[in-house]
Amino acid sequence: MSTPEMTLEEARAYDKKRWLWPMGFGIIILVGAALLTGWWFNITWLLFAGPIIVYGVVPALDYLIGKDSTNPPERVLDVLEDDPYYRYSTYLFVPVQFVFLIVATGIVGTNDLTFLQWLGMTSSLGMLSGVAINTAHELGHKNTRLESWLAKIVLAPVAYGHFYVEHNYGHHSNVATPEDPASARMGENFWRFLWRTMGGSAKSAVHVEKTRLKRKGRGFWHWRNELLQSWAMTVALFTGLVLAFGVEVLPFLIVQAFIGASLLEAVNYCEHYGLLRKKRGNGRYERCRPEHSWNNDHIVTNIFLFHLQRHSDHHAHPTRRYQSLRHFDEAPELPTGYAGMIVLAYIPPLWRKVMDKRVVAHYDGDIRQANLQPSKRKKLLTQYPPPSGAATA
Amino acid sequence: MKKWQCIVCGFEYDEAQGMPDEGIEAGTKWEDIPDDWTCPDCGAPKDDFEMMEVE
Repeated sequence: MSTPEMTLEEARAYDKKRWLWPMGFGIIILVGAALLTGWWFNITWLLFAGPIIVYGVVPALDYLIGKDSTNPPERVLDVLEDDPYYRYSTYLFVPVQFVFLIVATGIVGTNDLTFLQWLGMTSSLGMLSGVAINTAHELGHKNTRLESWLAKIVLAPVAYGHFYVEHNYGHHSNVATPEDPASARMGENFWRFLWRTMGGSAKSAVHVEKTRLKRKGRGFWHWRNELLQSWAMTVALFTGLVLAFGVEVLPFLIVQAFIGASLLEAVNYCEHYGLLRKKRGNGRYERCRPEHSWNNDHIVTNIFLFHLQRHSDHHAHPTRRYQSLRHFDEAPELPTGYAGMIVLAYIPPLWRKVMDKRVVAHYDGDIRQANLQPSKRKKLLTQYPPPSGAATA
Repeated sequence: MKKWQCIVCGFEYDEAQGMPDEGIEAGTKWEDIPDDWTCPDCGAPKDDFEMMEVE
């Protein structure tokens, strides 16, 4: 409950990032401007603006600008939670993404691009689609009709509609356990994780939706099936774009969707790497707590991803809006933002060098308490022997 | 006796069954569960549960 003397204006003054949230769009519009300039003046490297910004500019800005670990007081959070300003920033993303998609598809379909130009356009749009999944994530946790639908619409261009179902009902209950396809295990390299999570998440989504429909007395092939609804939107959208711009846009649409999905999965890889909830005597896992997610407080990536990196609080309060997510001192912290971490994830030896020692430290040297890749268990235990005298896990 | 469902992950609490493992006896009404109790699967707070339709 909010205290009566706290006005919206007063509460807003506490959010240091308040005027920065729309900067996420600033970056997207910058990518758009770069693509148009690159296409119009035939400057090929500009067409790679998406990956250059995500993999280069954002990590560099994180390094230069640093962190913000402050939390507004609890009574302010309650008021900010209801401030519509923050909601509108997520709604606005939806039309921006669709304009971007249609213009980019139009350029690819109606011009004779060189392979490099095509690759630039495809990877840049893929980055946008990946960031769109993050917006869908923010929207998909809110239980209003409008936001649930916007979440599904935003997932259409990236053909990842099942994320909406799987993330809430699968990932949130199985997070940081070996059963969760979206929680990476220590010793599991990103490329291996990518296949496991893509296949596993789709399978899990089908299972969740089948169970839900069965309870309502419906079969899987029913128009109320949320997975089929979402996938049908993708089919309709891609068909519309093919009819408008020619069948040659199809590889572009498919590859950009794959790039977008793999960007999301790279972020998933960072969020819970090696972290494990203990199994209790009754066969249930312990509750998800702050120490089961990797966090980061670098400002630029947090703006870009709607505070996704305050991930422990997100798992503790999944319906809480992004502006109210808090930093926890006890949560494990990544050395840099997710944008920089995914670049490391793509290069497994580098990732292991940076992250494995952090998992080891997190469990006070006893990695038997970590979520280990079964095939690497022996090797990891030889490399990081548990302290003698420690109780067996 | 009612059932309550976590809106985040779908976990169900059945008042008739309670959760003896958690120290919540069978027949415990939703309003008698402590406010700081959280969803045993996903950790969402009690506020994020809603009453399920009776079918």
